[in-house]
Amino acid sequence: MAKYLLLKHYRGAPAAVNDVPMEKWTPEEISAHVQYMRDFATRLEGTGEFVDAQALAPTGTFVRYDGEGRPPVTDGPFAETKDLIAGWMVIDVDTYERAVELAGELSAAPGAGGAPIHEWLELRPFLTEPPTVTE
Amino acid sequence: MDEALLRSLTPGVLTILVRRGADFAAAEDAVQDALLQAVRVWPADPPRDSKGWLVTVAWRKFLDVTRADAARRRREDLVDEEPAPGPAPSVDDTLQLYFLCAHPSLTPASAVALTLRAVGGLTTRQIAQAYLVPEATMAQRISRAKRTVSDVRFDQPGEVATVLRVLYLVFNEGYSGDVDLAAEAIRLTRQLAAAVDHPEAAGLLALMLLHHARRAARTAPDGSLVPLAEQDRGRWDTALIAEGIGILQAALARDRLGEFQAQAAIAALHADAPTAEETDWPQIVEWYDELSRLTDSPVVRLNRAVAVGEADGPRAGLAALANLDPSLPRHTAVAAYLHERDGDLATAARLYAEAAHQAPNLAERDHLTRQAARLNAQLNG
Repeated sequence: MAKYLLLKHYRGAPAAVNDVPMEKWTPEEISAHVQYMRDFATRLEGTGEFVDAQALAPTGTFVRYDGEGRPPVTDGPFAETKDLIAGWMVIDVDTYERAVELAGELSAAPGAGGAPIHEWLELRPFLTEPPTVTE
Repeated sequence: MDEALLRSLTPGVLTILVRRGADFAAAEDAVQDALLQAVRVWPADPPRDSKGWLVTVAWRKFLDVTRADAARRRREDLVDEEPAPGPAPSVDDTLQLYFLCAHPSLTPASAVALTLRAVGGLTTRQIAQAYLVPEATMAQRISRAKRTVSDVRFDQPGEVATVLRVLYLVFNEGYSGDVDLAAEAIRLTRQLAAAVDHPEAAGLLALMLLHHARRAARTAPDGSLVPLAEQDRGRWDTALIAEGIGILQAALARDRLGEFQAQAAIAALHADAPTAEETDWPQIVEWYDELSRLTDSPVVRLNRAVAVGEADGPRAGLAALANLDPSLPRHTAVAAYLHERDGDLATAARLYAEAAHQAPNLAERDHLTRQAARLNAQLNG
């Protein structure tokens, strides 16, 4: 088993195919989207592949140490240009292929017009502890 | 296994140990050990005197730990003079526990955790689940809190207002795992209100009951938020509402108004209206004015702007809103709502979308996004 992180981006990923901001959808389309994500997570709980999922607020700040006795530096008013992560889901699956398959499914969540969003999800493997048994 | 009984006995057992000379932190550990043992043993072998059983076992656990500690030998001598455990004294000084757990030297998060454990009798695991943090993290938070108050004398009266604040924090946590924190806060506030003669304790209890009474109607089956005006009032718990109003009226009659009573009065006016249209908004505005005098909180003034919008029309609401800091949480959402009521759908849709971006939780974000979507659909259609 290996853990993978599926990252959703507010910004920083290539544009989705069905790229319409959510507030331009109909309320029914929003409900369908939310339900799809919820069903997806429930199904993965059923298969034992779900680990965790969290959504993040769209405001992110870069912070850096600025030397002894000085307050930390933050990245100022240029938030428009940086990558922003919208949320994550962690899955624990048997193979890389399965992880790609699930990421593809999640990316197919319905959006405007009921059609899949085709949004880009970032798939990142977790680094793991060395195995106890190596031979 | 009556878990509610166990929990209600916890604070009394703890105070008996402390009065016998155990320090708070060690006594608290011993009581938790005794509770765990009770969970294991009671189903097969229920005790005749539950509290006496807990006191005996907890005291023995405390002694085991103390005996192992040579530096505490003096306390051991003291123990020898202790009378054999009989029926536990019924003097209830758990009030001291409330004050200790709400001690000003604790951070709000620590005070809440310690209250749930020492007064509420919850296990560390239950509290950790309720707050969605790892058990080890919560264990650290609790033991640090216990160290912080270990030097505090147990016989000093505390500030009721601080205790009420802590219980309010517990109530406001919406998470519900193994333990329903809102119900737990109500249980503890009931205990407190019965023990102290303080109109604000009654006010807080009334406020909690009135909010809790509407809980079933507050979310749709799919988990989305249902605003007050759209709630199915048939699903409100009328018995809780009646109880809350009764408690509130008795508190108000004593003429020592505080912010919890004022908030409860507003909740009562909502709960009393048979339909949203019949809500007595002018009186709600008056209560918000009282509340502003008592707290001077910007959040109160924001809510007041909503009430003014209902009582005197959206323009009046927007005028009240104009005096407030736009960076206030939910300011944008309120502005969106008032603009919609005023008929300016385009502005309202833009503001709802903006408010959704600022929303502090998913349910609110989805709700606000849907509001924007609804108006955009109307504008395009």
